[in-house]
Amino acid sequence: MISTSIAVQPGSLRQQGDHTAKVEVEHLNFYYGRFQALKDVNLTIRERQITALIGPSGCGKSTFLRALNRMNEIIEGARTEGQVRLDGEDIYDRDVDVVALRRRVGMVFQRPNPFPMSVFENVAYAPRIHGLARGPDLEDLVEESLKRAALWDEVKDKLKGSAFALSGGQQQRLCIGRVLAVDPEVVLMDEPCSALDPLSTLRIEELMHELQQKYTIVIVTHNMQQAARVSQETGFFLHGELVEFGPSTTIFTDPTDKRTEDYVTGRFG
Amino acid sequence: METAVDRTRSLKRRGIFTGRFGDGIFKWTTLLFAACVIAVIALLAYLLVADSLPAIRTFSWRFLSGRTWDPVHDVFGGLPFVYGTVVSSALALLLAVPISLGAAIFLSELAPPWLRNPLSFLIELLAAVPSVVYGIWGIFVLVPFLRPIEAWLGMRLGFVPLFSGPPYGIGMLAAGLILAIMVLPVIIAVSRDVLRAVPVSQREAAYALGATRWEAIRGPVLRYARAGILGAIILGLGRALGETMAVTMVIGNTPTISPCIFDPAYTMPSVLANEFMEATGRLHIAALMEIALLLFVVTIVINAIARLLIWSVARGAPSGVKE
Amino acid sequence: MSGLHAGRSRLRHLRRRAANSVMWVVAVLCVLAAILPLVLVLYYVIAQGASGINLDFFTKLPKPVGEPGGGMANAIVGSLILVGLASLVGLPIGILGGVYLAEFGNNRFAWTVRFLADVLSGVPSIVVGIFIWAMVVVPTHRLSGMAGGAALGVMMIPTVMRTTEELVRLVPMSLREASLSLGATHWRTVFKVVLVAAKGGVVTGILLAVSRIAGEAAPLLLTAGSSPFWSTRIDQPMPSLPVQIFTYAIQPYDDWHRQAWAAALVLVSLVCVLSVAARYVTRGRFRMVR
Repeated sequence: MISTSIAVQPGSLRQQGDHTAKVEVEHLNFYYGRFQALKDVNLTIRERQITALIGPSGCGKSTFLRALNRMNEIIEGARTEGQVRLDGEDIYDRDVDVVALRRRVGMVFQRPNPFPMSVFENVAYAPRIHGLARGPDLEDLVEESLKRAALWDEVKDKLKGSAFALSGGQQQRLCIGRVLAVDPEVVLMDEPCSALDPLSTLRIEELMHELQQKYTIVIVTHNMQQAARVSQETGFFLHGELVEFGPSTTIFTDPTDKRTEDYVTGRFG
Repeated sequence: METAVDRTRSLKRRGIFTGRFGDGIFKWTTLLFAACVIAVIALLAYLLVADSLPAIRTFSWRFLSGRTWDPVHDVFGGLPFVYGTVVSSALALLLAVPISLGAAIFLSELAPPWLRNPLSFLIELLAAVPSVVYGIWGIFVLVPFLRPIEAWLGMRLGFVPLFSGPPYGIGMLAAGLILAIMVLPVIIAVSRDVLRAVPVSQREAAYALGATRWEAIRGPVLRYARAGILGAIILGLGRALGETMAVTMVIGNTPTISPCIFDPAYTMPSVLANEFMEATGRLHIAALMEIALLLFVVTIVINAIARLLIWSVARGAPSGVKE
Repeated sequence: MSGLHAGRSRLRHLRRRAANSVMWVVAVLCVLAAILPLVLVLYYVIAQGASGINLDFFTKLPKPVGEPGGGMANAIVGSLILVGLASLVGLPIGILGGVYLAEFGNNRFAWTVRFLADVLSGVPSIVVGIFIWAMVVVPTHRLSGMAGGAALGVMMIPTVMRTTEELVRLVPMSLREASLSLGATHWRTVFKVVLVAAKGGVVTGILLAVSRIAGEAAPLLLTAGSSPFWSTRIDQPMPSLPVQIFTYAIQPYDDWHRQAWAAALVLVSLVCVLSVAARYVTRGRFRMVR
């Protein structure tokens, strides 16, 4: 079911600059104990766009992603300095309720991690705990979310079946559907395709293009071609620093910083 | 003439313990020792069956339904002991399971790292205290403590058959309580290990969806660990069924069946401990052997089921279980 | 879209927070409830047992029924001898068996052994006592220290075997390869290199096994029995601390009760020391047994 109607090209076809800022990161520093994983990162993520984060292993891109929904705090010894503003509000402010934050900023992980429940239960989990819907409304919500995750047709007869019975690619789309069920504003994706085969990867990339119309997407990937294919803006991380950030076309064809150039041309990483 | 150096260079084998022959002896010797385990279990099973045959032949199924245990007249019905064992163990689980689960959740999910080791050590100590020590504590501390409570319950709620007997102190309730204490560490330790075995990614997924700690535990984590926790409880049951000394010292050792939990009772291990040395009649010994056989079979089956359940979640031997 | 501060439904929000807090409280209460019996038992054992601990306890023999005074010297010695005898049975089978399972253990026979060892660890101790009673006491027509040691030894096997196997497996392949490539035979490699590397864990297994059997009374009632005299002959009944505790506690003499508590204190102290020692030996290494 590979659709050829969408021509996958570097994001130059989409308008940039007329999208408002959704997430503004200012002077972000992050420490694991004594080790400084993020050094003075500043960038702006625009609304309803796909922003890609690239860089070699261990450069801090995943850490940065997790800073956007405060998942870093789960680790012991973690310390964050700086501001991350979602629609103008600093998410690290004392009064902020992390639980509410994570409804608005959802995350999809590298390895699909469905719950040991049925397909339906997986998607219904978050709406239930946040009290978003019940009974027939909940069923509609699950159906809607699975449709948006391009999985509905494949599972509509298997809703009560175990989530583990799905293939890898289907499980990852299920995880995406699970996140969409709470109607977030931002969807963070941490190397969502690295555990999948090429066909599933392509499907998810198509999905991203559709999702982009409604949600803001930030994707971490070590696959540069993927970043070039799907994103409008890209940030290059190295050793915890944001070396360069800009339109994807520029980053991949005419980068400013030499280190960026070395990375995208494959000289290292 | 060979020098020492020449000797070591030579490829020829020297002595019987070098080379393949020595390794062969090694393999077969260790194998033999390992096989001792098989021998022990096989002999044990054979013995129990062979020695209980006279009783099986005489009473067949009436052994399990008969209420009279009369060595003098060679009438042996095992129901009182089965009843005592089952009820005391059930009582123990009723009390121990909720507390164990709460403690296990605390230990694996909530406790700060510096608290985990000391607490785990304390739980280990609970398991390491010998049965007789629990027994003597039971006789001199628990039972006197229970008497006034039983008296009060009898006064207020005496119309309930459960509380309708005289407040002996010594009896089913005391046994159930002591067993509960002894079973706690087993269930806690295994449940904790099972919960730890739940992959971090499950918790991460839940948190990322905006779940609170409790919602993450109640949902995916417990769901994932379900079978293993059931296994832990069954393992605890297995321990309770076979517990001898502490129960013998506080249960009263009277083969009666009574709905009142204040009344004394008798369990299978207790009757074995008390009557074995005194038994003279062939049928008496056979009857006792049959009880031992029953106990043996039941504990094996229960332990096997428990391990299967635990393995299905935590992969690999449930290291950390003191039986 | 709701802001970060005001939840869509304030009430629901508070309810979720409340549920979370309740969980914390209940969990802590459960832990306290689990620890409470331990505290109570230890407290009473120490409080009641301390008064009975004196030189007499460790050096004198029991007095006849009803007479005050005397001690449990014979039971203490008896327990030591029984543990020693048990080790003679349990350690060789446990360690060598464990070595077999770790080095050659990928066949049906090995899996049967493992399964049956687990079965054995679940058999109630009284049933093990009955087993040895039938195998040793009946043919020899007497209760004996030998039988007692055998019963305890059988109970040691599963613990020692399992620990030894786990620990020997843990020794890295690189160590064995180094030894083998230098020309050592397999068995030399195991005994000189692997077991030495695993020795800490094996010692822990032994400590744990001893700690468990030192307090057992049920099997001894049927095998070693008891005796009011000095008994070091293994073909005679042999007294032991756990059996003494049982015998004294169920009789109505206050002096005997005092001595029983003292014996309990000795046993509990021993068990604590062994547990601490076992933890100490494996400190910081691997998340092992327990």
